[in-house]
Amino acid sequence: MDIRVQATPFDFGAEAEAFARGQGDMGAVVTFTGIVRDVSGGLVSMEIEHYPGMTEKALETHAREALIRFQLGDVLIIHRFGEMRPGEMIMMVATAAPHRADAFQGAEFLMDYLKSRAPFWKKEIMQTGTDWVAARDEDEDALGRW
Amino acid sequence: MQLLYFAWVRERIGLPRETVETEARTVAELVEELKAREERYAAAFADLSALRVALDQELADFNAPLKDVREVAFFPPMTGG
Repeated sequence: MDIRVQATPFDFGAEAEAFARGQGDMGAVVTFTGIVRDVSGGLVSMEIEHYPGMTEKALETHAREALIRFQLGDVLIIHRFGEMRPGEMIMMVATAAPHRADAFQGAEFLMDYLKSRAPFWKKEIMQTGTDWVAARDEDEDALGRW
Repeated sequence: MQLLYFAWVRERIGLPRETVETEARTVAELVEELKAREERYAAAFADLSALRVALDQELADFNAPLKDVREVAFFPPMTGG
């Protein structure tokens, strides 16, 4: 299990490669990457604030739960904070399991929890001003299926 | 007791953290004390349904007791991922 909360960019290819290479007895690796998206066409950058200490604890708790629930062999979570431009990678999750269904489900479970239960807040810096991104009901509802 | 504010709660109150002496027994009582202090607190805590609270870095309810709690954080619903 590897959890990193950092301001610096990460090399998605290198991370995915290293993660997959380390899994001798796992038949499946699933990766997910979140990217800064310019929805309205006027996004200058995205600023992500977090709660140092609680963030790491929350990610660890959910990673541990995913390991047990989906019998994962390994989990990697990298989540950035600070300022990012459209197209930059915000975060990634990788899961390893003996079979693909558990690897997919583990990654989805982690993403659903990360969206609504890890203390990150996104602020959009637009050409016309700034706006905190509001939490979506669908994201909260998604937790219901677990 | 250490109070922490994040995102628009921090912006509305105008500071990221502060230390307070309080006799409040629950989070809700602490919120009432803060609201009575100044308009900016009253504005930040006007709608509790738009806020979340963590006690010693664990999510909690507004009616949770504050006994032995050292760190209280107030913030809007989280938007990670």
